This record gives sequence, structure tokens and C-alpha cells, in this order.
Amino acid sequence: MTEDDLDRNRRHFLTVATAVTGVAGAGLAAVPFISSLKPSARAQALGAPVEVSIASMQPGEMLRVLWRGKLVFVLRRTEEMLARMTENTDQLRDPDSTEVDQQPEYAVNDTRSVRSEYLVVEGSCTHLGCAPLEDFDVRPAEGWGGGFFCPCHGSKFDLAGRVFKGVPAPTNLRVPPHRFVRDDLILIGQDSGAA
Amino acid sequence: MARIEAEVGKPQGGFIKWIDDRFPFTATMKYHVTEYYAAKNFNIWYVFGVLAFVVLFMQLFTGIFLTMNYKPSAAEAFASVEYIMRDVEWGWLIRYLHSTGASFFFIIVYLHMFRAMLYGSYKKPRELIWVIGMLIFLVLMAEAFAGYLLPWGQMSYWGAQVIISLFGAIPWVGDALVEIIRGDYSISDITLNRFFALHVIALPLALIGLVFVHIVALHEVGSNNPDGIEIKKNKGPDGVPLDGIAFHPYHTSKDLVAIIIFLMIFSSVVFFAPDMGGYFLEHANFEPANLTATPEHIAPVWYFTPFYAILRAVPDKLWGFILFGLSVMLPLFLPWLDRSRVKSIRYRGWIYKSALSIFVVTFLVLGWLGTMPADPMYVLAARIFAVIYFAFFILMPYYTVIDKTKPVPERVVYHG
Amino acid sequence: MVKFNQIASLLLVTACFASAPGFAAGGGAQMEHADIDPDNINSLQRGAANFMNYCSGCHSAQYVRYKTIGNDLDLSDEMLVDNLMFNAEKTFETIQASMPADDAARWYGTTPPDLSLMARAKGVDHVYNFLKGFYIDSDSPTGVDNLQLPGTSMPHVLWELQGYQAAYFTDHENEDGSVTTTFEGFEQLTPGSMDSEDFDNFVRDTTNFLAYVAEPIRSDRRKLGVWVLMFLTFFLILSRMLKKQIWKDIK
Repeated sequence: MTEDDLDRNRRHFLTVATAVTGVAGAGLAAVPFISSLKPSARAQALGAPVEVSIASMQPGEMLRVLWRGKLVFVLRRTEEMLARMTENTDQLRDPDSTEVDQQPEYAVNDTRSVRSEYLVVEGSCTHLGCAPLEDFDVRPAEGWGGGFFCPCHGSKFDLAGRVFKGVPAPTNLRVPPHRFVRDDLILIGQDSGAA
Repeated sequence: MARIEAEVGKPQGGFIKWIDDRFPFTATMKYHVTEYYAAKNFNIWYVFGVLAFVVLFMQLFTGIFLTMNYKPSAAEAFASVEYIMRDVEWGWLIRYLHSTGASFFFIIVYLHMFRAMLYGSYKKPRELIWVIGMLIFLVLMAEAFAGYLLPWGQMSYWGAQVIISLFGAIPWVGDALVEIIRGDYSISDITLNRFFALHVIALPLALIGLVFVHIVALHEVGSNNPDGIEIKKNKGPDGVPLDGIAFHPYHTSKDLVAIIIFLMIFSSVVFFAPDMGGYFLEHANFEPANLTATPEHIAPVWYFTPFYAILRAVPDKLWGFILFGLSVMLPLFLPWLDRSRVKSIRYRGWIYKSALSIFVVTFLVLGWLGTMPADPMYVLAARIFAVIYFAFFILMPYYTVIDKTKPVPERVVYHG
Repeated sequence: MVKFNQIASLLLVTACFASAPGFAAGGGAQMEHADIDPDNINSLQRGAANFMNYCSGCHSAQYVRYKTIGNDLDLSDEMLVDNLMFNAEKTFETIQASMPADDAARWYGTTPPDLSLMARAKGVDHVYNFLKGFYIDSDSPTGVDNLQLPGTSMPHVLWELQGYQAAYFTDHENEDGSVTTTFEGFEQLTPGSMDSEDFDNFVRDTTNFLAYVAEPIRSDRRKLGVWVLMFLTFFLILSRMLKKQIWKDIK
């Protein structure tokens, strides 16, 4: 090899090495900026779990609470509602809650709940995020056994937040992490561990 | 050099050609980068232009991220800065980069301007580059001043109070002007809000526009060099200046080294002394603005202190304002004040060398005096040095003519 | 000529990085050096306890979250709740004073200042000397004045620990007839539960903690800074080699 060739190789190597180091440096420098976009300590503090007292809830009554700025429905279902939920499951898209992201493991059951009486679901339609309305009237003529109805694009969900077939929403309503601190107190936003 | 041209000049098919048919991409790259020729004898003084560009970019970038978390209201501003410092992940780093960047911007710009004075870069045919540069400097001062109000600390508030009050010295319109600047009867939430608008939109836009024009003008006439020789006068048969080398890869590879060294100095401050002993972040500014109590000792941030010292040296409000303004604006006229036949300090006589040395010392002493309390001794010193400051400019048309210059060589001095 | 440039650049650069001006001394007396050790986590933990026990009744640190303190000072959530959190239930809360600000303003004539940034605004030496500087003054509504911050409306909260001291001053008449008052020294009147060395350490820990809350990420940034400089050094060597290689073309 001539000296020129050596120089050319060396230059090529150094150019690549410098470029790689520069790109790596820029990549590392980008980390703080991208991380700064995540929810801040204050957002995390404001997004802490919320306690919901269910002491005075009557069967058939529903509470609306906010957790992390998201609407959460807490519905105390009647015996009759629970019974009705086992009918017409063939009209549901995902009656057995197989979609893992839509509920914690402990809510994968027929009633999608920790205690079958209490349904805790996010009031956010899985289509485009509108807040569904409750419609607990039974209208056998329409084949409606009560549930939730989204006014934006007509998606329908049953009393366990399970989506019906033939509507725009692709999945069941989401069950947020929650647990019963006491018999009359639900903590939304946390499944286990200390408060 | 021939090799590089061969690479760039080879016919480009495909995508680049598609672009070039619609936008002068290759032509622009050639004109401004690969075939922009600057002298090969650039020394360390010639890195501050590119460093200023780096800092400008950094300020814009970090500024965008700060804006995402800052709240421009008197009730929330101070707390939102602490929110950035504590609650936003990495927010402290972004804020320190921005606050340290502000001071370094001025360090670099002052050194960049001093380079022009060393080598006569403002002289014909580069007068317009210098004038645009001075406008950049003025906008930068306004930008820094507006930005300094935003943390809404004690120094933010009272510093702004003092500087805005200055405009009240203007006869007839002064008081009305001050109210228009503040938008209120005192500095308030309203003032903060409009300074925020100026700081994040209006002035940065002006800055970017002026920097663009500054570089366009520079590339039109070509860069000066430490010998003050017009390299375009000596061209080879290929039309390339004999003393010139392409911006890329030669100056870019050199600038990269300079940028990294700069980043090392810069990081040392950001990570180990972000307050810089109270010069970059003033202690009193860690207290929220208190409209009922002025801090014991109030001084502007260090980069304004040379001019502030001149303001304080004058025992009359109107004349103080006039001389303050004049001290900022006088350098603008350097291209016409300097009547020397040569550009570079290398070929000037002892008179200009002495004058420039004295000027540097004067500027630094004034800067120091501006940070000190207004004791009679300091005020007296400030008066003496203010006279020297003005004399440097006003007497320049005389002493640059009588100064004995040395003959300027044909080609630049370069020891390979 | 090269020499001239070098001298000029040296001058400018030195001036730009001129040494720190430090803090203007308050109160007129010479200050004792606080001599804190920001890396001493035990000192910071003790300081945190001191702060919560003696300061947080009246003073907030409204930008500081308990959780941050826990993470930085190696304290578990349980330790925080049991030992430090008298005014709060959740670790993500910020430190609020127990005393309502309105009451404070009525009782002391002024709202006790927030202490999140006190050490940064006034300097650690000021905080240290202030906490040590209370002396008996029968003219003051609180019965004490402070050498570091004369006329303060804060009472001598730490009297049980420090005891009470008197301050001695001498007047000196200047040539122009004005009078300069010089602080001569303190005299211990009643003993506290701590001897003076223990009390100094108590105040030092507390000051250390206040310096920490003023900038909780201080130690983070210093650690990161070392890595950044190491990376840049490597980058510098590489780019310098590249520059030399490329500039071989230039004769």
C-alpha cells in the first residue's frame, strides 16, 4: 500500500468513528429532552390513586369519579342486572375478556370485576375516547338488556362494559387497576401494596 | 482539493437531481459549504462565529422545552421555574443549559466582536456585515433582558424596574413610553406576559433573520483573515483563491474541534457551577419578586455591566440615558471611524495596538465597576473609564491616520 | 504579534471567568463558615429530622416533595411517614407549614418565609450564622434579636437546645463624629440541653439539609458532569485526529 492509500484509509476510519461518536452523543443528549416530556412529579402526584367510598351506594346506582383526569364509572349492579348479563353473550365481541390490555388479570371473569356486585370501568369509549352514557332500561323489543351507549358514534357496551358486535368500538371498556381497601372503600389506580 | 471537487461535482442522478430541478440544493451546498473558500491561516479568534451559531441553536432548542413547562404569569412564574428545576424530569438540566447559554452567548459574541477589532473585519468591503452584526447584538441584549424578567425573582423584577425606568429619561415622551413598555403603572403580570411574547417569539425570529442575513452578506464578500488580506485577489487558474481552502471539510473539521472544546468548558459550568458564583444566576433571584423591598445591592447581569457602569457614572438622568445608549451604539460606526490603511493589527503601528489594549482593559474594568455598589470611589473610577471608552471611538479617526503601519504582504502568513 | 493576541485573549478570558463575588455579608459581623458536607447522608438525614421538628411548624418548603427527600437520602416510605411527615399523608406531597399563614402573619407581623430556596438565596453561611445568632434583647417583642439578621421577627426557636446568650457591642467614634458599633462576642447566660459543639453540629446538619432542598439534584449533576466530560474528552481526541488527517492536504 502506498502512503496515500494509508492516509485515505485512516481518514475514512476517523471520519466514520467521529461521525458515530457524534451521533451517539446527540442520541444521549436527546434522552433528557425526551424524558422531560413524560408526566412530571407533579402530574404523578396529581395522578395518584383515588379513594371512592361506596358505603352509601344503593343497588343500581352509579358513581362518576375522576382518576388521572379520566372518567371512571363505579356501578353497583343489582342481582337482576347480573343475571341479565349472562344472556345474549353471543352478541358480544369479546365476552370472555381475552383482550389482555383492557383489564387487570383479576377482572378477567364473567362480571369483569373483583366483587361481582361492583363494576369499575373507565368511562372512555374504546373507539375514540368519548364518554359513554348509561342506559340501564331494559327494552326487550330492541334486544337491549341495559348497558352503556356512546353518543358519538353509537358504540354499545353491556353492564360489564363488554362491547357489542357491529359497532365502531373495537374492544371492551377498560377496567382500571383497583382494589377494595375495606368493604366500603375502593382505591382506584392501584392493585396492591401500601397506599 | 481537486479530489473533493470531483466527488461533489460528479453527475448526481435520482433523488438529488429530482430535488435540484426544483430547489437549488447542490448549488447552495457548493456555494456556502463545499466551495466556500476561506483563508487557511484562521486562528483561534475565528471560531467564535460558529460557536455563536451553536449557542443560538442550543438556546432555541432548550427554550422550546422550557416554554412547555413555564407559566408566564406573575402568580405562577417563579413556582413554574422551580417546577422545572424539581418536578420535570431532567428539567434542571434544560434550565441550566439555557441560563448558562445566555451568559456564554455574550462571552462568545464579545470575543467575536473583539476579533473584528483585532483584524479590521468591519472595514471595507465588510461594513454591512458589521452593521448587521451590531443589530444582532442589540436584539440579543433585548432578548436577554426580556428573558431575565421571566423567572420573576427579585433581580428579575428590580433589574427590569431600573432598566425600563431609564426610558423615562427621554424628554416629552418618556413617561408615556415607559407605560407603553410596561402596559401597566408598574411592572406587573401584564409586563411579564408581553416580555414572554417578545422573548419566545418576536426577538428570536428577528435574531434568526438577522443571523441569516449576516451569513449571506459574509458569503457574498468572503471572510476576512488574521492578515487582513483579500484572498480573492490571488486566484489560481481554477478560480479558487490561492490562500483559500474549502469550508468543508477543512474549516468544518477544525470547527468541530473548537465546538467540542467549547462544550467541555460549557459543561464544566453547567454541571459544576451553574450559578457561576452569582454571575450567571444571581443569588437574589432565588427569592420571588417582592414589590415592597428592593434587594440591598442591585446590578444587572454581568453582560450589561460595562454599559450600566457608564449609565451610573453620569449624574444626570437624561445624559445618563444618552451616554448609555451611545456607548452601546458607538461600535456600530467603527467601519467609518477607523481610517487606517490596513485591516489587521499585525500591520498596524504601536498607537492602535496601545489604544485597543487600553480599550480592552477599560471595557473589563467598566464591567467590573458595574457589578460594584455605587460608592463615590467606584463612581469616580467609572467616570474616568467612561471617558476613555468614548475617547477610543471618538479619537479613532485621528489616531488611526497618524499611526505608522507596516507593509501588508501579498499572501497570507501560514506555517503549515 | 502572536504574543499580543495571546495576551489579549488571556485578559479577556480571565476577566470573563473572574472569581466569584460570594455573598454580601449581612449584619455587619464576620460570619462563621458553615462548613457543611453535602455528601454526608447521615448529616442530611439528621438535618431533615431537625427541620421537620423545629422548622416545619411555621415554615413551608413548598417546592420539596417528601418522596424526593426519601429517594435522595435513602429513606423508605415507612421511615418518611413515621419520622418526618407530620403535616402530610402521602409521600408525593410537598412540605407545608402546620401553622396557617394568616395566623402567622397576625402573630409575628409577617409570614414566615418559605425555606425551599433560602440557602441558595442567602448562602449557607448566612443560614448557619442566623440559627446561631439569637441573643437576648429586652426591646424586641420576641425577647431576642439576631446578630445575622437584626430586627428579625422570628423567636428563638432553638432556645431549649442552645440556651440563651447575650451579645456585647462596643461603640467607636469615627473622626467625622459618626459612631460605628462593633460586635465583641456572645456570653452564655443560661445553658441549653446541648453543649456548644453539639449545638454547632445540630445547626450544621440543619443548614446542610436546607442547602440540599435548595438544589436537590446537586449531587446528580456533579456525577453526570464527570461522564459528560469523559465523553467529550474522547470525542475531542477523535476529532482532533480527524482534523490533523484532513489538514494534511494543506501546504
